[in-house]
Amino acid sequence: MSDAKGLTRQQMCDRLAMEFEDGWIVNLGIGIPTLCSNFDFGDKEIIFHAENGVIGYGPLTGPGKEDLHLVNAGGQHVTLRPGAAIVHHADSFGLIRSGRIDVTVLGAYEVAANGDFANWKMAGQKGGGIGGAMDLAACARHVFIAMEQTTRNGSPRLVERCAIPVTARGVVNLVITNCGLFEITREGMALKEIAPGVTVDEIKATTGCALRVPREIPPVRLRA
Amino acid sequence: MSKSKIFASFADAVRDIPDGSVIGFGGFAVVGMPINLYGALAEQGARGLTCVSNGTRGGATLPSDGPDMGPLITNGQVKKVICSFTAPTRASQKLVFSEYYEKGLIDAELVPQGTLAERMRAAGAGIPAFYTPAAVGTELAEGRETRRFQGREYLLEYALPLDYAFIRAYQADDAGNLRFRRSQRNFNPLMAMAARITIVEVEEPILPRGAIDPDDVHLPGIYVHRLIKIPPAPEGWWPQRPAEVARQEAARSPR
Repeated sequence: MSDAKGLTRQQMCDRLAMEFEDGWIVNLGIGIPTLCSNFDFGDKEIIFHAENGVIGYGPLTGPGKEDLHLVNAGGQHVTLRPGAAIVHHADSFGLIRSGRIDVTVLGAYEVAANGDFANWKMAGQKGGGIGGAMDLAACARHVFIAMEQTTRNGSPRLVERCAIPVTARGVVNLVITNCGLFEITREGMALKEIAPGVTVDEIKATTGCALRVPREIPPVRLRA
Repeated sequence: MSKSKIFASFADAVRDIPDGSVIGFGGFAVVGMPINLYGALAEQGARGLTCVSNGTRGGATLPSDGPDMGPLITNGQVKKVICSFTAPTRASQKLVFSEYYEKGLIDAELVPQGTLAERMRAAGAGIPAFYTPAAVGTELAEGRETRRFQGREYLLEYALPLDYAFIRAYQADDAGNLRFRRSQRNFNPLMAMAARITIVEVEEPILPRGAIDPDDVHLPGIYVHRLIKIPPAPEGWWPQRPAEVARQEAARSPR
């Protein structure tokens, strides 16, 4: 798919960020999801939690202004918002497991129509990188995924069943790709909104599972 | 008065670490990582170690020749690593540990991060095992004990006691009471509570007892056995700003 159409990574994350509700505690995974914190939430109060125990962090710091004692889950230097608090790792994951995270946004290699997803180990790889993803995916109230529609060689990432080892089963609610917004329902994968310049046929051709498509498909909302 | 907890050098503080020890290394990214103790242990040479750490590399705020777990691995000192990442988080990164692990030269136990933290919390809290929802239904749970509580499936995990914890703190008094700064706390207090002996590299000058108000202590000194004040750079290792690290690396690389 050409660069001229589809969503940028920031637009993908903006669309997911529109779903965050006032007062939500939000955990962003490494990679594309970190861009969700750039969204202008207006009057909504959103509390960003990082797995290393930072509750209430703000934007990234500029070069030369880093506090060397303060990073987010991706090891990036961030600022603290007024009202922030810091706990150790066991308390940080205690609040994850006890269901206090309203949404976690994670990257993925594959998302299946039954809500399974895989993001810690590629096919044939020995070991992998789990980080906090398994704890977050099992326990957050909502799991959103931000990823490209296909792999670099064009294989679908939206699939019937995950072919690689899963991170958690039956947990994904919403997926944004460069091509559109998808919802996982009891009946499987549904296309909710379509990216500018992308056709339904193109999406069907790059999706590896049955896809419910409404007769009228709205464009992806780009601003709240 | 009991024996002083203050050690004069990192070498003194790690001199008696025996082969085969299970050692927890605190830190998340480079924040709170015991960089100087890593260096001292690489020089000390203990072998057959089981190393527990979230990851094995400090990240962008430690120069590529800065001491992390890498030198222990290339020295052949490490038998096994217990961690939440055996692979780097970015495809562009290279981990010494990943190479050794993929070649089968080092054993590894990959653990979800919250489970890793809780296993050490449990060891420090006299709890032998616990059930967690993390990793249920994944490859990690295959062949292991699960149990349903209130309709939900949980995975049995065991406490992870340590022989030694190597950690870094912001402030200490000479009783060993510690304070951490910002995200420096991470795994550090948990590892100390799970360990028989805790060795701390301290950033600020070590304070007389009483200088830290009891209400402000993050980790009580009863968990802390050895303190070393980190000397100024270049003798002591400190994290640096990413831009400074990039400048130094560029200046060193052949053109």
